[in-house]
Amino acid sequence: MLDLLGVPPQALFGQLLLGLINGSFYALLSLGLAVIFGMLNVINMAHGALYMVGAFVAWLLLTKFGLGYWWALGLAPLAVGALGLVLERGLLRHLYSVDHLYGLLLTFGLALMIEGGFRHVYGVSGQAYPIPDLLRGGTNLGFMVLPSYRGWVVVFALAVCFGTWFAIERTRLGSRLRAATENPALVQAFGIDVPRMVSLTYGFGVALAGLAGVLAAPIYQVSPMMGTNLIIVVFAVVVIGGMGSILGAILTGIGLGLLEGLTKVFYPEASNIVVFVIMAVVLLLKPAGLFGRER
Amino acid sequence: MTTDTRTDPAQPGLLPDGRTRTLLLAAAGFAVAVAAPHVLYPVFVMKVLCFALFACAFNLLLGFAGLLSFGHAAFFGGAAYVSAHAAKVWGFPPELAILAGTASAAMTGLLFGWLAIRRQGIYFAMITLALSQMVFFLALQLPFTGGEDGIQAVPRGVLFGLVDLNDPLAMYWTVLGVCLFGFAVIRRAVHSPFGQVLKAIRENEPRAISLGYRTERYKLLAFVLSAALAGMAGATKALVFQLASLTDVTWQMSGEAVLMTLLGGVGTLAGPVVGAALVVTLQNHLADSGVPVTVVTGFIFVVCVLLFRRGIVGEIEHRLRRRAP
Repeated sequence: MLDLLGVPPQALFGQLLLGLINGSFYALLSLGLAVIFGMLNVINMAHGALYMVGAFVAWLLLTKFGLGYWWALGLAPLAVGALGLVLERGLLRHLYSVDHLYGLLLTFGLALMIEGGFRHVYGVSGQAYPIPDLLRGGTNLGFMVLPSYRGWVVVFALAVCFGTWFAIERTRLGSRLRAATENPALVQAFGIDVPRMVSLTYGFGVALAGLAGVLAAPIYQVSPMMGTNLIIVVFAVVVIGGMGSILGAILTGIGLGLLEGLTKVFYPEASNIVVFVIMAVVLLLKPAGLFGRER
Repeated sequence: MTTDTRTDPAQPGLLPDGRTRTLLLAAAGFAVAVAAPHVLYPVFVMKVLCFALFACAFNLLLGFAGLLSFGHAAFFGGAAYVSAHAAKVWGFPPELAILAGTASAAMTGLLFGWLAIRRQGIYFAMITLALSQMVFFLALQLPFTGGEDGIQAVPRGVLFGLVDLNDPLAMYWTVLGVCLFGFAVIRRAVHSPFGQVLKAIRENEPRAISLGYRTERYKLLAFVLSAALAGMAGATKALVFQLASLTDVTWQMSGEAVLMTLLGGVGTLAGPVVGAALVVTLQNHLADSGVPVTVVTGFIFVVCVLLFRRGIVGEIEHRLRRRAP
């Protein structure tokens, strides 16, 4: 049946899998952006740079300390999260009382510094990162071969996304977080340490970016510029989904990844811009985004 | 906002009155303009001028309408491609090439602005950034842009059929003329009733709406004007360097306009010019030194945002105003 469309099923499913993987990264990154935006009202322009830092931490752990993928999966997000805490406490905190655009400009400056620094030290070429032994090889599903690592990335990323959704929407800590998003002054009056919550939120959001970086390391090469173009697509994803809803960010991310994969099969020339075109269409039809609220 | 034409009646004679001062400033400016290409490398001065116009165009939007566009490279670089193509392939004379670039930027600005003004603040910045990234990919893939090479060896041509622009000084005076025209347009727009409405929108948009202004139209017009002027800067730059390349449409280029404006002073007329001069000078010095330019740029961003939000010109104006009674 698929042959009728003039596309071999191997190519179609291969691209769909790639789309699903990209979509998982979009989902992880836009989720982090949405969590940070909800609490801090800052759009974190350094998100792509911190994703890159996550991948580099994994690479450095391997090459300098001989610690492999599974160590990196735990340590790199912690390291990036700690860096996030420092940035929030040291710099971002001073901007909450002024226009939110300054937060955007500050994180943009940080992104330039981080990426420029890594490029200065490591050059523009990518570093290879091996797939962990446990996840080498693949499974033949009958219609295509599924490489184990790629399957793992999709499953793990989705698990993290839904875990985050659960933590925010269904737990006590999450309810406090949501309350503090709605009305920080009132929540503070109830004796909850809102500034600490803000710091931890930022740390958690960027840790998600660091985690995405580790997951990406064996698929894409580890290079200083790996986050720059990705993050702009993620911004478009965020505009399309609207930052009001956690689940919305996840679904939009995965959906757009798949759509990008499909475009690669049927009209490859447009695959780079399809997300931006969809963003334009969504802005025309539903300016607040698919899951967003007008405000 | 500016106090440069107001005289202080309490201290007659200490400062010249408004008109004399304007004349003195104009004379000093003219002297600087004549001396600049002889003291400094002409291409450097032209680069500063083009970027100054680019930053001023950006500042019209951020400083006076409160809209942060992170996609102005699309207009700057897009117009550079159009004017380079017009001059090289279609054989347009320079004045028409610049005009074609400017017009194309205005059209792109109309389309992008129409989409982007549906959202405010942070979303506006992200939308303009994403749309400009689309222009980047188009420039990378379209047949006429020359991919990674860009359009090279663009002929500067003969202005109005009279002045050969291959002479550096002739090119310099042309660039100066274009940029002064751009600055004049911006100055006029800011001090017009239109500019007042923009400031009202910046300060309190719901209130401006309640007063009966159709704020979308004002914002869209400001966006188109800003895009057209950014395009004029880019089109002129393409002729000066005889090159339109991918660098001009990257989001880093949009970031440079933001940096120049922030450093010089958001919402001041002269700020972006000062910022552009400083940033271009800095880049020229750092290019040979081995210090990574992006790190320094990012550092200036952070310092400006944290400690120096008024910018250089903004800070000077602030101090002068505080000292004056």
